[in-house]
Amino acid sequence: MGHCHGKSNGLPSSPEQCAATGPRMWRSLEELAGDEALIKSIEGEFPSAIEQLTDLASRREFLRVMGASLALAGLSGCIRQPEEKIIPYARAPEQIVPGKPLYYATAMTHGGAGIGLLVESHMGRPVKVEGNPLHPAVPEIMRAANERAPASQMRFGATDAITQASVLSLYDPDRSQTVLRSGQIDTWESFFTQLRHQLEHFDATRGRGLRLLTETVVSPTLADQIQQLLAKYPAAAWHQYEAINDDNALLGARMAFGADVSPTYDFAKAEVILSLDDDFLGDGPMHLVYARQYAERRRQAAEGRMNRLYVVETSRTPTGAAADHRLPAGEHELISLLVAVARGLKLDLPETSLPAVQQPWVDAIVDDLGKARGRSIVLVGRNQPAFVHALADNLNAVLGNIGQTVSFRRPAAARVEVQQDSMRELARAMGAGEVEALIVLGGNPAYNAPADTKFADSLNKVRFSVHLSEYADETSALCTWHIPQSHYLESWGDTRAADGTVSIIQPLISPLYESKTAHDVVAALMGNPDAASHDIVFEYWRRQHEAAKTAGAFDAVWQKTLHDGAGAKTAAPVKNVSIANNLAAVLTVALVREAGANQSTNVQLVFRPDPSLWDGRYANNGWLQELPKPFTKLTWDNAALVGPDFASEQKISTGDVIELKANGIAIEIAAFVVPGHPSQTITLHLGHGRERAGRIGNRVGVDVYPLRASTGNWFAPIESIRNTGRSYTFATTQHHHLLEGRELVVAGTLDQLQANPDRPAFMHVGEEANPRDSLFPIWKQDGYQWGMVVDQSSCTGCNACVVACQAENNVPVVGRDEVLRGREMHWLRIDNYYDGEPSNPATYHQPMLCMHCEKAPCEIVCPVAATTHSAEGLNEMTYNRCVGTRYCSNNCPYKVRRFNFFDFNAELRHNPTMQLRPNPDVTVRSRGVMEKCTYCVQRINKARIESEKDGRSIRDGEVVTACQAACATEALTFGNLNDRSSAVAKSAASKLNYPVLGELNTRPRTTYLAVVKNPHPLLAKATDHGVS
Amino acid sequence: MASVERPKLPEREHLLPRGHTIASVSDKISSIVLARQLKYGWVLGLMVSFVLVMGLFFAIGCLFARGIGIWGVNVPVAWGFAIVNFVWWIGIGHAGTLISAILLLLRQEWRTSINRFAEAMTLIAVACAGLFPILHLGRPQYFYWLAPYPSTMGVWPQFRSPLIWDFFAVSTYATVSLLFWYIGLIPDLATLRDRAKRPFAQIAYGFLAMGWRGSARHWRRYQDAYLLMAALATPLVVSVHSVVSFDFAVAIVPGWHSTVFPPYFVAGAIYSGFAMVLTIAIPLRAAYGLRDFITDRHLENMAKVMLASGLVVAYGYATETFTAWYSGHEPEWFSIVNRATGPYAFFYWLLLLSNIAIPQLLWFQTTRRNVYALFAMALVINLGMWLERFVIVVVSLHRDYLPSSWGMYVPTRWDWFTFLGTIGLFTALMFLFIRLLPVISIFEMREMVEQSQDESHVDHA
Repeated sequence: MGHCHGKSNGLPSSPEQCAATGPRMWRSLEELAGDEALIKSIEGEFPSAIEQLTDLASRREFLRVMGASLALAGLSGCIRQPEEKIIPYARAPEQIVPGKPLYYATAMTHGGAGIGLLVESHMGRPVKVEGNPLHPAVPEIMRAANERAPASQMRFGATDAITQASVLSLYDPDRSQTVLRSGQIDTWESFFTQLRHQLEHFDATRGRGLRLLTETVVSPTLADQIQQLLAKYPAAAWHQYEAINDDNALLGARMAFGADVSPTYDFAKAEVILSLDDDFLGDGPMHLVYARQYAERRRQAAEGRMNRLYVVETSRTPTGAAADHRLPAGEHELISLLVAVARGLKLDLPETSLPAVQQPWVDAIVDDLGKARGRSIVLVGRNQPAFVHALADNLNAVLGNIGQTVSFRRPAAARVEVQQDSMRELARAMGAGEVEALIVLGGNPAYNAPADTKFADSLNKVRFSVHLSEYADETSALCTWHIPQSHYLESWGDTRAADGTVSIIQPLISPLYESKTAHDVVAALMGNPDAASHDIVFEYWRRQHEAAKTAGAFDAVWQKTLHDGAGAKTAAPVKNVSIANNLAAVLTVALVREAGANQSTNVQLVFRPDPSLWDGRYANNGWLQELPKPFTKLTWDNAALVGPDFASEQKISTGDVIELKANGIAIEIAAFVVPGHPSQTITLHLGHGRERAGRIGNRVGVDVYPLRASTGNWFAPIESIRNTGRSYTFATTQHHHLLEGRELVVAGTLDQLQANPDRPAFMHVGEEANPRDSLFPIWKQDGYQWGMVVDQSSCTGCNACVVACQAENNVPVVGRDEVLRGREMHWLRIDNYYDGEPSNPATYHQPMLCMHCEKAPCEIVCPVAATTHSAEGLNEMTYNRCVGTRYCSNNCPYKVRRFNFFDFNAELRHNPTMQLRPNPDVTVRSRGVMEKCTYCVQRINKARIESEKDGRSIRDGEVVTACQAACATEALTFGNLNDRSSAVAKSAASKLNYPVLGELNTRPRTTYLAVVKNPHPLLAKATDHGVS
Repeated sequence: MASVERPKLPEREHLLPRGHTIASVSDKISSIVLARQLKYGWVLGLMVSFVLVMGLFFAIGCLFARGIGIWGVNVPVAWGFAIVNFVWWIGIGHAGTLISAILLLLRQEWRTSINRFAEAMTLIAVACAGLFPILHLGRPQYFYWLAPYPSTMGVWPQFRSPLIWDFFAVSTYATVSLLFWYIGLIPDLATLRDRAKRPFAQIAYGFLAMGWRGSARHWRRYQDAYLLMAALATPLVVSVHSVVSFDFAVAIVPGWHSTVFPPYFVAGAIYSGFAMVLTIAIPLRAAYGLRDFITDRHLENMAKVMLASGLVVAYGYATETFTAWYSGHEPEWFSIVNRATGPYAFFYWLLLLSNIAIPQLLWFQTTRRNVYALFAMALVINLGMWLERFVIVVVSLHRDYLPSSWGMYVPTRWDWFTFLGTIGLFTALMFLFIRLLPVISIFEMREMVEQSQDESHVDHA
């Protein structure tokens, strides 16, 4: 394994240890700092020093400025620097070699489950996140090549955009840095004193009036701590709430099986997939693995193993775009279709009204599912009502999929509950004045609790409220105390994957600010504020180890779990489930009720997690804010997504500000017409319009939570819609989505491919161009010749590669205004094209990065030879030679070059926290120079050095570009084209391979594989997907 | 100059009306420079120009402080006003050398009264043009990397780039134009030296006249040198704008990649150059009473040149359109369709109106003889030629090969400041030129006196 042990060398074992060194030196200052009057007096005298506090790099620097200010305050006029000892680096810390990164296994909890990560650390700074292929939620990149390689070869796993961007949040200068008491800076000591005082009161009342609110707790240690707390205070209560939760799936499972179980799927075995609003390729705790399994089946067209995907959806998702057949539908239409399918598969259900045009759909699906018993999957998105989940569970059971492609386990959450009810109960109790003290661990309920719970208002009635969070956010502002939470890269902890596998979260860096983990806070609630989270987690697992009487020393198990990033044999066992006897009756009742509601309902609002910001917690992350959202390519905003038919009916066009009313509340938001969006719904993305996210996220977009009630929190019927007549300009990175008759995306069907595998009918692009038809000599191509192949059939447009590239290559964030001016800097973008009827067009994702053309048009026009060709086929950019004529960009037919119109990296230089962020292997570019994709030349060179040390050539899979390493579906393949056995050479030789704009004879090194769809013969000629 | 045997032509208007003597010509022209009094209009004009020049300096200051981002350029339209203005000014800078060199070699005598200020205009226009390629660089402080100087890095410019050709072409053109203009000025500087009353003017003009005494030997060498310079400058008239057009023609951008560009750019340059000469000549002769020297026949001749070059330009547009269609290359044809129907269609049609439709009025002598109509038309053609460059640069770039990357270009106020600033710089320098140097070649006009009035003796001042 390439990644190192995460033992304590160089790393503090806990934030406490680090914190202990600070206060010891500066005890008196800290005490002084607590004095409000003194701070005021300093503020008056040294305003700049105080201002700097909000932007400081490190605790040490914080203290130095603080110390200086205080010293100056005391000894006015006499300037004396505090003494600091300089320790020579004579005895280097073990394993740390300057310039050589170390990888540590850790994990991040997101959306109610953990994802295993390998984090690249340079000199103690985490700079880049990769997936940990040993983790069950993470598929490995280049597995076949890695298996041939020696064990020393670094193995990467896929990640998604949010995990990729998480490293930026670590260095966010807007993260909370201090304890706040009613908005005023305070100290942890003072907080603990207050807390102790409060708890003394609860000791007497057995905790009556004490409530704990957390997000979904998947950490076994934290759950154990909370259970102990509840044991100590039996009258206290614990609530869990996340705005994006799986309540419906849970309720559906209870309905279908009478058990608290959640499904995991095996798409590798699935031939036919019917997804109803489930974006399983882009969302959900296991989506990376699912996307991989799906894509692998997709690529096995030649073996006749290509799967077929049907998607019926109420919005637009990457999964829908990937489908062979996609049907945009309203909620009721979707249910009717599922019922018709179920009836077709001989389920005893009442008939529902179904539009005649959808009958071929039902026939095709019934036909396919009927033929693929035990080899199919029916899955339902979290936003669908519980009975739809139950119906899908029922279908899977009837089709014999359970045990084959679908298996059920205990959910990853430590305590399974219906979060919506839990939140409602908490809000009720708060409103009724029953809550005396509320401890909120993470989350941001004041912002994202259901509107009808009036959580924010009720919070004022709580005498003592504490909010632990990474940012001093909307909830913090309403709580008596805000206490800063450590980022996961600074914390010890543990988490579970969706299948129950345990990972230990280990820190990569000591906390940058005075922050603590949830473990610390719960320990403090138990009267032990000095406990270190490392010890808490360690002790919990040691106890588990002893209780289980497992063989072997615990230390070894612990070290191995830390090292691997996933605990061996900790996955939850598969549960045997059987359909409840009364399910048919329950479903019938639900359907009849649904049919009744059907009569009155008009257009519905659909609430969706934002593809980048999720529920809003990542709003202050510039990478995610500037990440072009799938389909709309919208940055720094959200919009009301509407279908083209609805838009023309209502006379709405993109940018029109409309007023939407639901739940008695009206909001104004600009509309965005999205081809293929259902006309029965309007999609609203959650997570925008934050008031206290930070300087990046404040007031970006529109907050749509006020429209979201605790009942039916995924759909809301519209009461009224009105065009205000005003208009708004969206900052999008792509304005034109039609192919204009140009053969940029080549697409065909499986039938066409099978009819003529050597020369499929649709592969006629660039026939006319003979690569030898050039006035320029063909250079000799020996040694390494790097190239990339992009499989457009596999690309889901999930954006992980875009953020991975940004993180790896220090690509700056330019902000909304600059995106509006067309100056976004992404080296890799995903172009989005539509083909066919606007109501439901075929949608293609085309990742577009530097093509590294062999006859590069950019190179011949540069007057100063700042962009030149390497002997290995790279088109190289010499930043410090560039004078910035921008001629190369004009002459690039792919428009992949990016120009530093301003000093976009000023923040990096001026902000000491941000200074820690960049990847030291990649130059930070200055104002006025051109930049573009380098094929991650720094990674190539790293591999070259390693290979030359061993006296061998670079192996296939040894160089993995940042985008490739992030791609769950392995849509990107990179390597040496001269090595006939390499994965990339095989892809390049595929009959489906073609160059984009090949007729220009630029001879691009990045080539594309045509999109192959697998339509059902019954539907192939129908209205959907007019495959070109 | 020896008179030329010419076939019998119908009676034509004289280029210099009867009644002028050598002395009256010298008096008239040199008095503009040597008069003590500043004309009210001149002061006002210079003030307005000066304000614009200050605006230019301000815009340049902000540009250097904040970066190229203050302009409207982006990806895909990475070249905007700067390059449009550059090509426009270079085009304007064509008339002077054409008039001086080519018309001299072709013995077109009517050039005599317009060549001096046309050459000055050329120099000033080239100076304005020369600003832009430097200002538009992302890192303007390194503009000298385009020069093949022996650097310690051992790096040379990349000679395949048309920008390098451009760098040489424009700098050569500027140098030769300056020399040509200065050589032409020497006898007149001597005249001014001799006529100046104030010591400073005497010394300054005397210094610049380089000891010119007007001896026969001086004149003989002078004539040789002048003809040689003319011969040297002649190919440059064709080469500079051909090379400027290579900036576009060599690139593969649809709408740029066309072999018709060099001749069509040269014709366009002559077109706009003559329009600018007219724009200056008409008010100049009115303000300083130079109607005897710049006669209506001069104006008419210039109008004819405009008409001819305008037709070549129109042919260029037609060929470009035809070739795009004939190529069968979708993006190429789309670039033409997009010009006519895309978001910038208004400017394309305005361009056709200004450069092709309206100038057809020049077929009529009544138009050519109407000073007001000519002046208006010159302005329209100046605008049209600017729009042509806008259409070529911006409209071609904003929608090229990948529809995903299509964008729009909107100039910012800084773009306008810079553009108007160079117009101010141009007019300011023209005003200074009018005040400090003879706007019409005195000695050549004296030759005209000799020829037109058939006097036997010429006394060179």
